[in-house]
Amino acid sequence: MENAKTNYSRRSFLKSSALVGGGLMISFSSLAKLGLDDKVSGVDLPDQWYELTGYIKITPDNLIKILNPNPEFGQNVMTSLPMIVAEELEADWKNVVVEMGPHDNVKFGPQFTGGSNSVRMYWKLLREAGSAARHMLLEAAAQTWSVPVEELTTKAGMIYHEKSGKSGTYGSFASKASTIPIPKGPKLKDVKDFKVVRSSQKNVEGLKIVSGQPLFGLDYKHEGMLIAMIHHPPAFGMKLKSFDAAQTLKMPGIIDVFSQKLYEEGFELGGFDTRTFNDLLVVVGKTTWEVINARKKLVVEWEPAGDIKETVAGRDGKREVVVPGELENTSTQLAKMKEHANKPAQQLRKDGDPETAFKNAAQIIERTYTAPFLAHNCMEPMNFFAHVTDEKALLVGPLQAPGWTKPTLSKLLKLPADKIEIQMTRMGGGFGLRAYGHYLSEAALISKKIKAPVKLVYTREDDMTYGIYRPMYTATYRAALDANKNLIAFHVKGGGIPEHPIHANRFPAGAVDNYLAEGWQIPSNITIGAFRAPRSNFNAAAEQSFLDEIAEAMGKDPIDFRLELLKRAKENPVGENNDYNADRYAGVLKLVKEKSGWNKPENKKYSRGVASYFCHNSYAAHVVDMIKRDGQPYVERVFSAIDCGIVVNPDAATNMVEGAVVDGIGNALYGGLTHKDGAAVQNNFNRYRMIRFHEAPKKIDVHFVQNDLDPTGLGEPPFPPVFGAVANALYKNTGERFYEQPYNLQLNKTSRA
Amino acid sequence: MITLNINKKNYNVDVDPETPLLWVLRDVINLVGTKYGCGVAQCGACVVHLNGEAVRSCVTKVSRAVGQKVVTIEGLSEKNDHPLQKAWIELDVPQCGYCQSGQIMSAAALLRENKNPTEKDIDAAMAGNICRCGTYLRIRKAIQLAAEMQRKGIKIP
Ligand code: FES
Ligand code: FES
Repeated sequence: MENAKTNYSRRSFLKSSALVGGGLMISFSSLAKLGLDDKVSGVDLPDQWYELTGYIKITPDNLIKILNPNPEFGQNVMTSLPMIVAEELEADWKNVVVEMGPHDNVKFGPQFTGGSNSVRMYWKLLREAGSAARHMLLEAAAQTWSVPVEELTTKAGMIYHEKSGKSGTYGSFASKASTIPIPKGPKLKDVKDFKVVRSSQKNVEGLKIVSGQPLFGLDYKHEGMLIAMIHHPPAFGMKLKSFDAAQTLKMPGIIDVFSQKLYEEGFELGGFDTRTFNDLLVVVGKTTWEVINARKKLVVEWEPAGDIKETVAGRDGKREVVVPGELENTSTQLAKMKEHANKPAQQLRKDGDPETAFKNAAQIIERTYTAPFLAHNCMEPMNFFAHVTDEKALLVGPLQAPGWTKPTLSKLLKLPADKIEIQMTRMGGGFGLRAYGHYLSEAALISKKIKAPVKLVYTREDDMTYGIYRPMYTATYRAALDANKNLIAFHVKGGGIPEHPIHANRFPAGAVDNYLAEGWQIPSNITIGAFRAPRSNFNAAAEQSFLDEIAEAMGKDPIDFRLELLKRAKENPVGENNDYNADRYAGVLKLVKEKSGWNKPENKKYSRGVASYFCHNSYAAHVVDMIKRDGQPYVERVFSAIDCGIVVNPDAATNMVEGAVVDGIGNALYGGLTHKDGAAVQNNFNRYRMIRFHEAPKKIDVHFVQNDLDPTGLGEPPFPPVFGAVANALYKNTGERFYEQPYNLQLNKTSRA
Repeated sequence: MITLNINKKNYNVDVDPETPLLWVLRDVINLVGTKYGCGVAQCGACVVHLNGEAVRSCVTKVSRAVGQKVVTIEGLSEKNDHPLQKAWIELDVPQCGYCQSGQIMSAAALLRENKNPTEKDIDAAMAGNICRCGTYLRIRKAIQLAAEMQRKGIKIP
């Protein structure tokens, strides 16, 4: 079997040392260069080497501590990354303690959770570290017992010498092992011998979660800590004109009200420094409720911000960007997108001669899809603790990418990076939003100004109306069929506010002789950012609905049609850079076909929709089974097939796929953020509809393709194709095609009519 | 001064009686297991028990809790061994975990009243708790498992 495509390179370093009080510590670090296959929405990732770091500690009392190096927001890396170490170490998982380290980023690597990369980046490094520790312990035992190391075996944290009947714990050899040189290129286990990895292990923080322990940023407390909130403008495109805080300052518990700029004029914004509102109107008080209340007494005048010039420093150097000042409305956004869709666009890929093919077509199918802005709605709203003094800064809270935030903080606070410590807490969701560090910068500036430890808290309303949304998208797809109903050309032209969604080299590129992909975008002051599988989360809705419609026009089964295209892509690919593996793509479709009993008569009672997608190096396909419940379409069950290489922690992985399916159904049916005169119309869960308990399917049947490929991402890949599968099932259920998200809008129209 | 009985302990707190119980718990008494998610009775992250009933502490004035028995996730069981907590761990329900204390408190109020809830009963009891991570299926299974444990006196070690 061919190896998974690995588009990052690295050099790794292991270091051993003796622990104070006895024992062994192996610290590991590796330089990794990310080549994220998915450019994160709207930003250029810094193109540099990262240091990935962590440690294993083995104490004489046989406790094994493993530092989880990466942020945790529910994808369970806090369990799965240490599992990888324990596997090669042959540790007894029961005796392993997972630590969420001091997380100073300078020492502990990029600590980036996003792009479904955690396991993929750390896989080899963690294995090497575990293996090295094991070999050093073996060597220490061999020397102690004066026996050849080859005669020793290990099992569950014990070393055995069968001939002499001797045995000892890892802990008893740990101190001696710290004097043994680190082996060069430690031998890794055969995948077939895995015992910890590939067997389900429970969440190491499960007990703390179900007993309400303080784990999250919002739970963090600090001596003398104050609470701050930012009163931001009511609409995108507005800014602060003046304010009167007299009444607010009279309210109990209020310490200060002031305004301050987030970034000074000309400040070079890094890729993740997206700022929506630059004037911070800050209320500081003793407790959260006092600040919430006192805010209501502010008398504020806002004014149009007008066009704003920004300097963004990305991978391609510095760029000047003009952010338009218009106060946008959803209706005008839609109208603008419609108008733009007819203008010439940037060509992203072209194979063959699509113009001629369309001219000669016997039948052309053309469909346009749209999707709204989406708010992340992490259940824990944005917040961060900061304590900034003239000498140093301590920041504590939930953040996906401290490594990208630190340089900004350093510039902003005028402190050297080694005087800034960022500690990470567990995150109450991230979904991409917590890669953007504006709230951390804000907290730091507020602390600096009031010279006190402070926690910045966003209320739900602040959080939902602040921006950094999934962009608003549209795409027009065209397919040309010849007289024999063969697909001879495929054209996608996609656009968005403020960026387009197109992945030009994705399926069905490579499977059609004549292919054209184009993109266009409309600038906006509504800020956007990565949202669980950026861009893919729209493409998989539009393209997969469209493929369903072409299959129908061709009189073909939708799965068979996709498999035919993939066969073509494999045997005789069109073009060069097709960035998917046709075999693995077909693999998930075949698996879901089998597991869902796709053609079985007993399943005819369901309105079935299928969709598949590839992103973040993994493959996913779903069959959604819909019924009518109280006259409304309802997804009763879902079958999912996933290929993400080796599944490190199967039950946790299944949980994540289930979650992605529920999240996908919810966003497809209900998700959407609209604007009126620049203001976000939905500002809390009474207006922004989230999927609820009874709306989730009763059953999600998750299957993983069994292979021995290095693990690839899982947090994002199962999410996008849910949208397409839901749309296709809705068609079967209602007889109507769904082109606009959220699909619930059309359902409401139909049921009213 | 207001006296509150929380998890069988008395606390004297000096707060405005209008303050939502949620913020008294979190900011004053330092019981942070009860979460803030929306502040407008929409998400269920803040559910606590008031005399055994599930209430949303974000919209419950602290004055209403005076003279009542308040139970938060921290006091749901003595040893974190409520059947729901056991079932939650057994089925590895949480993802990010933020919504889960509210979910468990809503489910606990259901099981107290209804030893053998139907699917519909569970739907109704849990409709007010949002989970962005989408753990609803596991929550359902965990409630069913806990109900069974309670009925049959089964214990998970
Ligand atoms: S915080 Fe109380 S219901 Fe959401
Ligand atoms: S587990 Fe993350 S919101 Fe429910």
